Amino acid sequence: MLSEYVLEMRNITKTFPGVKALDDVTLKVRHGTVHSLMGENGAGKSTLMKCLFGIYGLDSGEIILEGEKVSFAGPVDALRSHVSMVHQELNQVLDRNIMENVWLGRFPMKGLFVDHQKMYQDTKEIFDDLQIPVDPRAKTGSLQVAQRQMVEIAKAVSYDSKVIVMDEPTSSLTENEVEHLFHIIGRLRERGVSIIYISHKMEEILRISDDVTVMRDGRWVATKPKEELTSEKIIQMMVGRELKERYPKRDTKSGEVILKVENLSSLTPAFKDVNFELRKGEILGISGLVGAGRTEVLETMFGIRAKGSGTITFRGKTVENKTPQEAMKNGFAMLTEERRQNGIFADLSVSFNCIIANLDIYKKHGLLNNALIDKEVQETIEKIHVKTSSPKEKIGNLSGGNQQKVILGRWLLTNPEILLLDEPTRGIDVGAKYEIYQLMNELVAEGKSIIMVSSEMPELFGVCDRIMVMSNGHFSGIFDAKEVTQYQIMEASAKFI
Amino acid sequence: MEKSKSSIKQLFMEKIIYVVLLVLIIAVICIEPRFLSITNFKNILAQSATRIIIALAAGMVLMVRGCDLSTGRMIGLAAVISASLLQTTTYAYRMYPNLAELPVIVPLLLVMAICAVLGMISGICVAVLKVPPIIATLAMQLCLYGASSIYFDREPYGAQPIGGITSKLTDMCIRSVKIGPIQIPYLIIIAAIIVAVMWVLWNKTKFGKYMYAIGGNPEAAQVSGVNVVKIQVMVYALAAVMYAVAAVLEVGRIGSASNTTGNGYEMDAIAACVVGGVSMSGGIGSVGGIVIGVLIFTVINYGLSFIGVNMYWQYIVKGLIIVFAVIIDMRKYAKRK
Repeated sequence: MLSEYVLEMRNITKTFPGVKALDDVTLKVRHGTVHSLMGENGAGKSTLMKCLFGIYGLDSGEIILEGEKVSFAGPVDALRSHVSMVHQELNQVLDRNIMENVWLGRFPMKGLFVDHQKMYQDTKEIFDDLQIPVDPRAKTGSLQVAQRQMVEIAKAVSYDSKVIVMDEPTSSLTENEVEHLFHIIGRLRERGVSIIYISHKMEEILRISDDVTVMRDGRWVATKPKEELTSEKIIQMMVGRELKERYPKRDTKSGEVILKVENLSSLTPAFKDVNFELRKGEILGISGLVGAGRTEVLETMFGIRAKGSGTITFRGKTVENKTPQEAMKNGFAMLTEERRQNGIFADLSVSFNCIIANLDIYKKHGLLNNALIDKEVQETIEKIHVKTSSPKEKIGNLSGGNQQKVILGRWLLTNPEILLLDEPTRGIDVGAKYEIYQLMNELVAEGKSIIMVSSEMPELFGVCDRIMVMSNGHFSGIFDAKEVTQYQIMEASAKFI
Repeated sequence: MEKSKSSIKQLFMEKIIYVVLLVLIIAVICIEPRFLSITNFKNILAQSATRIIIALAAGMVLMVRGCDLSTGRMIGLAAVISASLLQTTTYAYRMYPNLAELPVIVPLLLVMAICAVLGMISGICVAVLKVPPIIATLAMQLCLYGASSIYFDREPYGAQPIGGITSKLTDMCIRSVKIGPIQIPYLIIIAAIIVAVMWVLWNKTKFGKYMYAIGGNPEAAQVSGVNVVKIQVMVYALAAVMYAVAAVLEVGRIGSASNTTGNGYEMDAIAACVVGGVSMSGGIGSVGGIVIGVLIFTVINYGLSFIGVNMYWQYIVKGLIIVFAVIIDMRKYAKRK
């Protein structure tokens, strides 16, 4: 007698020194369904999956796969039992071709030699079945991220997986690619494969899930069929409080023009002739498609990227901002998009990460004053609600939202006039997003000005006063956020393509 | 219970280097109880003194994701130049027969300045011209060997060690001062002062924080307003200045210099740093760790010789300790819990 569930994780508890990461969590996945796992960053989704794959041992609880108790020694062991994972970061050998990546570690052999013919045919068969339009002989590195992800899914299928875990599979995909992915997920479901789908994107979840499990603070909150859910309900369960609005209200008015950017062009052909003004106490959004040159504009203003021509006038004076140091001296601050790559010092403490841009004010007789540093760090942590066990904790151990808050705190300590925020809420959860919006509101209320690049349209509408649109390296319009429609923004984004 | 056990284990892992040092010393004492004497420990410290200075300098470079292979040859160059200027007036084979006897500080400042410029050149190659540190400093190493040999091996006396060093210097490096009941060699005091200065520099100044920042994540440091290029160049230059100081002390300790002085010191220094917990990928390390790292190697040298272990075996022990230290280090940062 087969049970209704292909996979059951029962009463899982996992403790790390100082934190209970998972507390009596239960996850039951039915045969041939898409089961979404939701929760804020730090809610324990990843930890739960690591427990499933044996990367972490369990303190208590059990894992039942098709009626049998299992305990995997690691991802490879799990694969043998037909449980696989498609990671957010793809681990592929880019210099080898696709079929070798799919069959790595279990090449079909013909005597002493690898049977390339069979490998090709087997790969081709799976690709055809899933309608993945990729040549198995192509070099993996030559593929787009989306295609590489499909290959990874095909690999999971090649292991005859019954359960496939997908961790934020759409985070770097375009809309068309997402459609294709959903199509593949649909086919897998028809074949009786169950998918555990981890994502923050509400629309996707509501579209493709059969069941949704919500976690919060390491605990199971609810498992419900999709039909009973709305995005408000899910958010409410995730946050544990009613978030009436995803964007906090603001009633401050922007003042006089404080910053003028005229005919700004990059030295490289990234963007050309960008013009805009920024008012005191204003939040200006920059919208556009990936590659429109939005990040590059901010980087040029902050001196990370070389300026080709044009002027930046701040409070009536021309500023060059040739280097970040100079920009900081002129009252600019910039939160970069790639938090891991150029935001955090992962191996260093929260405290260090907080103060590093602002050491001058802690100097006393030429030496840094620890007491003063500790005091300011503590105040910052409290002010921006960073959840950390101690200021000495490595920042790498914090959730994405908390890391982002620390870096924002770093810039607040420099007391800037103009904040350049590049995708400030990317990859962080709803609760942390709300707190960051609130922080932005407080800042403009204090008379600071913000320029924010974002790819999330609702966020731009919810937070900004005006929205500037860029298209393929050109300025293509600037709109009042209260009057413009999403359609107009999209139209402007496509203007120069 | 479980928790305290795991934290003890963690503490053990973190302090493993001190445990290694302790075990080594105890092992030597067990075999030869006479090892346990103030004189021996004083000797170990005195022998470690210049090595500590050199290792701290090399450690700074490692901290900012660099690597300095020119250490030994830089010391060699500074040694021959300073030695040639510090020969007593009565010595028969003077390089500069007509030179008046200089106060020690003059040649010291001179070689510090020369090395600062050379270190800056390495730093500029690495930070500005983006030459991989190993290549840049390897090239520097070769050039320095050539330069010091040209300076050293010339008429009228050719390639013979530059001896007859003034007693003003040798006294400072060999003699000791009586503090309380024990004689403390000057060298130990000098090294202790430099260690203290380094500790303050690493932990209490902007420069030190920036060093950690650059080693931890150079791109983030850049974005946070750290002048990465400037700090890197400064680190290479400061390291070179410390090599110059160490070179003059070596001249005083040995009493002579030649173009082979300092040969291979870079590997000793890097090995001590690695054993002392400095990460080869930068950003992690401490002054205390490096000092202990150097002491471990000196104890091996001195202690094993003391109990009569063959030199060749000592190399094997050294090699094993390096690998062991790195294995422990890797495990410390391993993800699996």
